[in-house]
Amino acid sequence: MNLLRVKHLEKSFGGVSAISNLSFDLPKGIVFSVIGPNGAGKTTLFNMLCGFYTPDQGSIIFKKENAEQNKEVIYHSLHNMATHQIAACGISRSFQNLQIFFNMTALENVMVGCHLQSSSRFLPSLLRLPSVIKEEQRVKQQALNALAFCHLDHLANEMADSLAYGDLKRLEIARALASKPKLLMLDEPAAGLNDTETQQMSHLIRKICDSGVTVLLVEHNMELVMTSSDQILVLNFGHLLAQGTPDEIQNNPVVVKAYLGEDI
Amino acid sequence: MKRLSGFYLLSLVALILPQIFPDNYYLTVVGVFATLHIILAVGLNLLMGYCGQISLGHAAFFGLGAYSSAILTTRYQLDPWLAMISGMVLVFIIANLIARPILKLKGHYLAMATLGFGIIVHIIFVQTEALSGGPDGLGDIPTLSIAGWAVDSDIRWYYVTTISALGTILLSLNLIASRSGRAIRAVHGSEFAAQMMGINSNKTKVMVFVFAAVLASFAGSLFAYQQNFVSPDSFSFFFSIELVTMVVLGGMASTYGAVFGAILLTFLPELLIVFEDYEMLVYGAILMLVMIFMPQGLFISLGHQLTQLKKNYWPNKKPAGDQQ
Repeated sequence: MNLLRVKHLEKSFGGVSAISNLSFDLPKGIVFSVIGPNGAGKTTLFNMLCGFYTPDQGSIIFKKENAEQNKEVIYHSLHNMATHQIAACGISRSFQNLQIFFNMTALENVMVGCHLQSSSRFLPSLLRLPSVIKEEQRVKQQALNALAFCHLDHLANEMADSLAYGDLKRLEIARALASKPKLLMLDEPAAGLNDTETQQMSHLIRKICDSGVTVLLVEHNMELVMTSSDQILVLNFGHLLAQGTPDEIQNNPVVVKAYLGEDI
Repeated sequence: MKRLSGFYLLSLVALILPQIFPDNYYLTVVGVFATLHIILAVGLNLLMGYCGQISLGHAAFFGLGAYSSAILTTRYQLDPWLAMISGMVLVFIIANLIARPILKLKGHYLAMATLGFGIIVHIIFVQTEALSGGPDGLGDIPTLSIAGWAVDSDIRWYYVTTISALGTILLSLNLIASRSGRAIRAVHGSEFAAQMMGINSNKTKVMVFVFAAVLASFAGSLFAYQQNFVSPDSFSFFFSIELVTMVVLGGMASTYGAVFGAILLTFLPELLIVFEDYEMLVYGAILMLVMIFMPQGLFISLGHQLTQLKKNYWPNKKPAGDQQ
């Protein structure tokens, strides 16, 4: 069962081709990693999936509805959709360079993540109608649950700018999870973390996947990638180099060559 | 309720003061201006402090409200309330139209665009003499009356504008503690992340801009009825800057900060009259010193200082006198 289908994707900046003719299917319910040397096009791929860049060519199709219920697969093309519309389809992400709302507490950050799970509008909010108060309580509880899931509940009322780096990384994930996504994209979640924190991150990624959320992971820490991933896609200069399980990728001579260079 | 305790305290003080000093010039004359400035500053703070979008043309909406009321009541004999609502509807439409293209701009470019808008509106007030009275202004504007109770004395105006300002503060406090309020602050914190959480950032910015503009129009109508006279001078570029100063000086992203800034900047010139020729010099120096030593704004910095003092003097809930 595929959640996401990418077909013949192309993107170039000026004359430089960042992604060329990339096609792959992302099965549902697994941890799917994208790896590759610096400049391979990983972040470009992420930014196209979330609508920040528009692909030059090709299509990105995301399964919107629950196929088990409808007996019918309804795909949603993400081409030319704005980021907030893509989010509403059920895609969320964390960012390589932190995009935390530093003007809020940790809890409020995650409550923003609940935006799509709530519906109070501007005018009722101004008047703080009973329906708004009721929803506020529900959203707060939902946000606390997401914080607890990422082991951040003890920091709920701290201002985000007073949190440690490792906590902020998990706060981004908690915020993304609060929007109840079907697909969670993690852009280098372990960058800058120490060994213990990386281990915790690995556990967290597994836990997210077990809770039914498909994870698309970009990461440079190979130990983390190899232990947490079910499937790996290798990019090199915008081309698909290989795809397979961690074992297959580790023993693939083409991948080894791209990463380590050739024997002389 | 703890969330609104500051608001209740403020309301209490604002409504008890005139009972004690019913004829005080500072309260019933300067106070009316202060409360009108509060409505403007609280609205502008939503846009600048919370949403992070600058506007150097906010006086234009204040002016549009004032002139709508003035023109519709004097030239078309419309009921003052209807004229006020018409002004707000007009500003709602204009703000919507200009917000969509303008708010796609960021930083300095947005500042320039709003500045241009403010200047254009000011020029229109001056040039359309047949309608607006031109540079001489427009007089004989009738006053408001609420179910037969004419608002025709200083103290009555104080109550009307104070209750309006308190209402505005309450709306602002409610908004910020809601889903829409968090969306507004998220756009300020990181626009990309806000979009990724499903927030339509353009729509959010337009919404705040329009709301602040309609509030300014409301304040403008009150201003016209209270003064019985409007002239373009009140709605110039300098007044827009003064409003921005109120928000920044009081403390960005704090409703009470905007209130504090509005009160301070309204009373400061009155109090500095003792310096006579050096009034503006001292005024400028005070603004500079505050920004150098309290860059977060007076209200927020003083708040931090108080918390710090409390920590130093009551580390174990000891009364201050017991310190050795």
